Amino acid sequence: MLRACAGPFVIAATVAVALPAMSQDMPERPERVVSVNLCTDQLAMMLAAEGQLISVSDVALDPQVSAMTEEAQKYRINYALAEDIYLMQPDLVIAGSYSAQATLDMLERLGIPVARFAPAYSLAEVRDRMAQMGDLLGQQEAADAMIADFDARLAALRAEVDERPTAALYYANGYTSGDKTLSGEILAAAGFENIAGTLGFPSFGRIPLEVLALAQPDALVTSRPYPGASRSEAILDHPVVEALREGRADASFSDKDWVCGTPYVLRAIESLRPLRNALTKEP
Amino acid sequence: MARPALWLSLLTVGLFVIALTLGPAQIGPFESLGALIVDDSSPLTMVMREIRLPRAILAVLVGASLGLSGAAMQGYLRNPLAEPGLIGVSGAAALGAVLAIQTGVAATVTLGLPLMALAGALIGVLLILALAGPRGSSLTLILAGIAISALSGALTSLVLNLSPNPFAASEIMFWMMGSLADRSMTHVWIALPFVLVGGGVLLSLGRGLDALTLGEDAASAMGIRLTRLRLVLVLGTACVIGATTAVAGAIGFVGLVVPHILRPLVGARPSRLLWASALGGAVMVLAADIAVRLILPERDLKLGVVTALVGAPLFLHLIYKTRSQLG
Repeated sequence: MLRACAGPFVIAATVAVALPAMSQDMPERPERVVSVNLCTDQLAMMLAAEGQLISVSDVALDPQVSAMTEEAQKYRINYALAEDIYLMQPDLVIAGSYSAQATLDMLERLGIPVARFAPAYSLAEVRDRMAQMGDLLGQQEAADAMIADFDARLAALRAEVDERPTAALYYANGYTSGDKTLSGEILAAAGFENIAGTLGFPSFGRIPLEVLALAQPDALVTSRPYPGASRSEAILDHPVVEALREGRADASFSDKDWVCGTPYVLRAIESLRPLRNALTKEP
Repeated sequence: MARPALWLSLLTVGLFVIALTLGPAQIGPFESLGALIVDDSSPLTMVMREIRLPRAILAVLVGASLGLSGAAMQGYLRNPLAEPGLIGVSGAAALGAVLAIQTGVAATVTLGLPLMALAGALIGVLLILALAGPRGSSLTLILAGIAISALSGALTSLVLNLSPNPFAASEIMFWMMGSLADRSMTHVWIALPFVLVGGGVLLSLGRGLDALTLGEDAASAMGIRLTRLRLVLVLGTACVIGATTAVAGAIGFVGLVVPHILRPLVGARPSRLLWASALGGAVMVLAADIAVRLILPERDLKLGVVTALVGAPLFLHLIYKTRSQLG
């Protein structure tokens, strides 16, 4: 289930971070923290002090969606199951707002405080989530430094551009992300005009292949196929999609750097740079 | 024969043209048909030739296959309840297709996908015929069908759940209910040869099935070789159901509804019913595929949902009618 969560709904579900809904009294500076969500895993690994974080979810080891697989290997792995987590005797569990509710309720009944992080839908929210993770872990200073660094790097990346080539995000099952999403903001920050907005997809939605073909975006950013095969992803190899890729800037992928609201989104913005420059012939 | 065939042909052509002019991209009917015929290298031609045309062609292929194989099985078993979807042949074909895709056979072996689906369908038909016997009483037919459907459905779910691909598990619905959304010409080429061969084989059964209406002894006396008839039926059905299920998933009830409606119109002669059901099946699936695009265009409503809504009440009606036989 966790894997599935990280897959089809990667964008919706695991871009997690957020207004932690305080269920029980949170410890001031927790000593045994367990994270059960890919995005909180990564934020916690970045901000926790040595020994403070004891376990991350198995999804953090998946190179397809996790930007921190090497770091994750240093931690005990959990599968987001109540029994497993309870036996670790954590004093704080950090979950995404889309994590399995039954598991989190069970942990709360057993007296373990659970913080729920909602997904980050914008670059501003990425900033907020870092601050919230800092508060939660009692690592405000580290979080402040991280935010300052994030702001500086983002400002440097977000160069003013006159010409914005059009681009479309296209994922398995024909889903797309509009401007009011993290992926949409990554695209905008990299100097692209997202066609999903003009086609009536402000956030997430299924864009019919016909509509995409007629819109003729300058660049197409697709998701990287998972191992094994699926009909959902077969659409990314449809002759029409291949024709859209053909003669256009290199097929680009939205991958692990795009999934979560962490500073890795900056790397995603950076990776789109050469594509935009090639399209606009700017240096 | 002539009149129903003419009407059904006209209806098929009409619905085919309507199917071509319908889509989420708002294009006028004349503009879109023009772009289909004249290649002006615009995106519109691309949309028409690579998205809408394969979808409409597949609707015809799938419908004709389901209608034809339903009529043939009903003729052979002399039982109006025999239908590839209901008795598990489509489900077994779907299992074969899923295995081909998940093991990589579909990607590495040419025609691996339809051949594996064909093998699945073949096992399904053989099991049904073995369990139901040559005279297929309704009770054993339905019970055997339930068992085969349940088993192949469970195995299909298992294979999809074991896949390393997180999307695979969410596709159980597609394999159970079927859909023609976003299929390409590649899928048409995969299915077409098998449908042509299997369809031709099934249509050749007309005379034998006509003779069989008089009983097995009479048919043998008329020179019909029953074992050969049975073999041809099994292979033909596996061919058409395997190939169409591999590209469109398992779509139920078409083979039940279409022969039932058309039977009185063709004077209950199996040989005429075969032709009529092939055309009628194409009409039904084209209409259902138009319906899914009109009712919930943005949701990818599954084809099998529409056909089941039409077919399941009729199925209940047929069971009610044959209940004395069921005992």
